[in-house]
Amino acid sequence: MATRKTSDTGPAKGSNPAPKGSNIPAEELKHYYREMLLIRRFEEKAGQLYGMGLIGGFCHLYIGQEAVVVGLEAAAEEGDKRVTSYRDHGHMLACGMDPKGVMAELTGREGGYSKGKGGSMHMFSKEKHFYGGHGIVGAQVPIGAGLAFADKYLENGRVTFAYFGDGAANQGQVYETYNMAQLWDLPVVFVIENNQYAMGTSVQRSTKSPSLWERGAAYGIEGEEVDGMDVLAVKEAGERAVAHCREGKGPYILEIKTYRYRGHSMSDPAKYRSREEVQKMREERDPIEQIRQVLLSGQHATEEDLKAIDKEIKEIVNESAEFSKESPEPALDELWTDIYAKEAPQEA
Amino acid sequence: MATEILMPALSPTMEEGTLAKWLVKEGDTVSSGDILAEIETDKATMEFEAVDEGTVGKILIEEGTEGVKVNTPIAVLLEEGEDASAIDSAGGNKGGDAKTEVKEETKAEEKDTVPADSPAASSPAAAAPKPPRTPDWPEGTETKTTTVREALRDAMAEEMRREDNVFLMGEEVGEYQGAYKISQGLLDEFGPKRVVDTPITEHGFTGIAVGAAFGGLRPIVEFMTFNFALQAMDQIINSAAKTLYMSGGQMGAPMVFRGPNGAAARVAAQHSQDFAAWFMQIPGLKVVMPYSAADAKGLMKSAIRDPNPVIFLENEILYGRSFEVPVMEDFTIPLGKARIAREGADVTIVSFGIGMTYALEAAEKLAEDGIEAEVIDLRTIRPMDTDAIIESVKKTNRCVTVEEGWPQGSVGGYISNVLMQEAFDHLDAPVINCTGKDVPMPYAANLEKHALVTTDEVVEAVRKVTYK
Repeated sequence: MATRKTSDTGPAKGSNPAPKGSNIPAEELKHYYREMLLIRRFEEKAGQLYGMGLIGGFCHLYIGQEAVVVGLEAAAEEGDKRVTSYRDHGHMLACGMDPKGVMAELTGREGGYSKGKGGSMHMFSKEKHFYGGHGIVGAQVPIGAGLAFADKYLENGRVTFAYFGDGAANQGQVYETYNMAQLWDLPVVFVIENNQYAMGTSVQRSTKSPSLWERGAAYGIEGEEVDGMDVLAVKEAGERAVAHCREGKGPYILEIKTYRYRGHSMSDPAKYRSREEVQKMREERDPIEQIRQVLLSGQHATEEDLKAIDKEIKEIVNESAEFSKESPEPALDELWTDIYAKEAPQEA
Repeated sequence: MATEILMPALSPTMEEGTLAKWLVKEGDTVSSGDILAEIETDKATMEFEAVDEGTVGKILIEEGTEGVKVNTPIAVLLEEGEDASAIDSAGGNKGGDAKTEVKEETKAEEKDTVPADSPAASSPAAAAPKPPRTPDWPEGTETKTTTVREALRDAMAEEMRREDNVFLMGEEVGEYQGAYKISQGLLDEFGPKRVVDTPITEHGFTGIAVGAAFGGLRPIVEFMTFNFALQAMDQIINSAAKTLYMSGGQMGAPMVFRGPNGAAARVAAQHSQDFAAWFMQIPGLKVVMPYSAADAKGLMKSAIRDPNPVIFLENEILYGRSFEVPVMEDFTIPLGKARIAREGADVTIVSFGIGMTYALEAAEKLAEDGIEAEVIDLRTIRPMDTDAIIESVKKTNRCVTVEEGWPQGSVGGYISNVLMQEAFDHLDAPVINCTGKDVPMPYAANLEKHALVTTDEVVEAVRKVTYK
C-alpha cells in the first residue's frame, strides 16, 4: 500500500512564490482569489453582525482556512457531494450556494437556506449537493461515507468529500467509518481540516500520534498531508484523491494543515494560544495573500484587477448582509412544518 | 449407570426444536466433544455435542422429528461395561421423573410468558387465533397462518422487489441469514449489494445508512437487538430525525430502523429492555411496535415506504408466534392507526407489542367474571392514535394501559396525560398504568418473572378502575 506525503509542513513563507502557478491560466488563479476573498469578507461580516446581535447562538468562522474548500472545490465535478461539521459557511460559499441565503440563515430569517430553522451549524442545499452542516463532532463522517455508499449503489460515478477537523479525528465513529469505507471501496474523500486546535485543545494535547492521515494506514486507506494554506497544493492533492475514488479504488484521506485565525466560536477566550502565533501565521502563510502574490508576481493580474475583484466581493457581501436583515423572521406556522415528510424526497 | 441425553436449549428463548439429523448411531462410542446431532430451531441449525463419554445405547427420538421439547430425552448413553439392559433403568425411575419434571416446568413457563389463549410459540400445532376484528383487510379475504418472523421477512422481500433502492444492512443479515432468522433467504434473492453484512459497528453503520438515505436510497437498518442501537443513538436522533426540520424540508432520512426490542428470556439487564417510550419522545421519528404477524407485515411495508425515519420495534418472543395474515398482493396497514382487538363496554385496555398478550389474556379472564374489556392495540406509538383511545374511553369511562417498559416516562404515562386533558369528564376512575417494574432486568428466573408486567396485574388494575 502506498501512502504518501506530498508537502512538508514547512511553509512557503510567502517570500518567493514567483514560479508557482505560472502554468495556470490567469482566470483560474483569479477565481481562487475571488472565492477565498468572498469567504473571508463574508465571515468578517458575519462576525460584525454577531457583534450587533443579529446572529445568535454558536457561530464558527472559517477565516484562515479558505484555501481548503476553494482548492477542493476546484477538484470536484458537478454532482459530487460534500458534508461537513458546524464550521460550514466556507463550504457553502465555495460550492456555489447563495451568500444571501447563507447569511439570512445566520440571522434566522425566512430567506435562509433552512427558512431560519437550522442556523449557522445546520444548513443544506440539495441543489448544490451540500449535505450539511452537522452540529455533532464527527457525526458527518459516516454520513459522508453513506452518501458515497448511495453513489456506489446507484453507480453514478460521484465522489463525496467528508470534511472533519482534527478534533473529530479522535471520535470513534471516524474509525468505524474508515473500516467500512475501505471494506466496501466507497468513493469518499476524508478531508481532515487540521487547524491544530479542537476548540482550545491543541493536537499535541489530544494525541500522541499527531499525524492524523497516517491512521488510515491501519485500515489500508491511502492518504497524504497537504499544505492547507496553499490553494494550488490543495487542488492538486484533491485531484489525486478524486481520481483515486473515481477509479473505484475506495476512500482516500487528505490531512490538510490549516489554521483558523479566529476563535473556535464567537465566545472563545483565546487563552490557549499566543497572539504572536496567530499573527505570525497571518503574516507569513495567509492563503489569500499567497495567491495574490502569485497573481501579481506572475503578471497574471494587476493591482487594478484585484481591486475590482475586492470591490465586487464587497458588494456581494454587503448585499447578503442587507438581505439577511430585511428578510422577515419565519412565520410562526413554520414551527410546525418540516417535522415529517409527506412524500418521498426526490434525489436531485 | 446409563444416562439420558436430553434435548438441549440452544438459545435463551428456545422451547422446542427439530432433531434434524443424528450423526451417531446406536452402538457408536462417543467421547466428550463429539458431535451427536444437528438440531434445528426457528432461529438456526446447530450442532449438538456429547458431554459424557460412552456408547450410544438407544436413540429415543428419530431424526426428522419436529417439535421436540427442550429437556426431552433423545438418546441413552451407556457407560463402559453396561449393556442394553441398563436402558430400561434409565428410562424407568429416574428418567420418568425427569420427564415429568420437564413437562411441568415448560408448562409453568408458558403460563407466565405465553398466555394460554394467545398463539404460543411452543405449540405450532395449536390453531392460530382469528383476529376478533379485522378492518385491515376486506372480509372474505383468504388468510394464511404465518409467524411474525415470516411476516417481517415477506414484507421486506416484497418491498425490495418493488423498489430497487430498498436495501437491508446490519450484523449477520446476509450469510448468517439473520441472528433471529428474520432475513432468511434475502441474500439468495437479492445478493450482497442489497443485503449488506456489516462489521459490529452500530454507530458507524447507522451513520452510513443515514447518509445513504440522504443520498437517495431507502435503507432498512437491522439492529441485532435494540439494546445495541444505543451505540447509534446520536445518528438516529440527531441525524436521521432532525435533518428534515433543520434543512427547511430540503432533505430527510427515509429509512427503517428495526430489530427485536424489549425483554427476551433470561438475558438480564443489558439485553432486556423496552425502548418504546424513549423513541416515542422524538419529533421526526415514527415509532411502530406490532403485535400480530398481519400487523408486522402490513406495518413493515408501510414503514419502508414512509418518507420518514421509522423505528420498528419487534419482539423476540413474538417472532415464533403464528397469526392469520391475509393473502393479498399488496397488503399494507397505515402507520398511526390503532386497532380495536376486542370490543367491550366496561373498561378500555390499551397496549401494543407483546403487551397485547397480557391485555388479551386479562380480557378473557375478566370476561369470565362478566367484565367486558375493550382492548386497543396501538400498533404505532408515534404518531399515536389518541382519538381511538379517547373514543373508547368515552364509552367505557375507564382505562388501563399495559406495557413492558419502565413506569417513569412510560407510554402509559403519556396516555394518562392525554386522557386527563381530553377526556377528564368521561373518566370514572384514575387511569392505571401496568408496566414493567422500575428495576434493571434480573437474570434469575423467579426475579425475572416478577420484573415483567403480568396478566394478574392487569386483571387487578381493571378490578380497581371498575370497582369490582
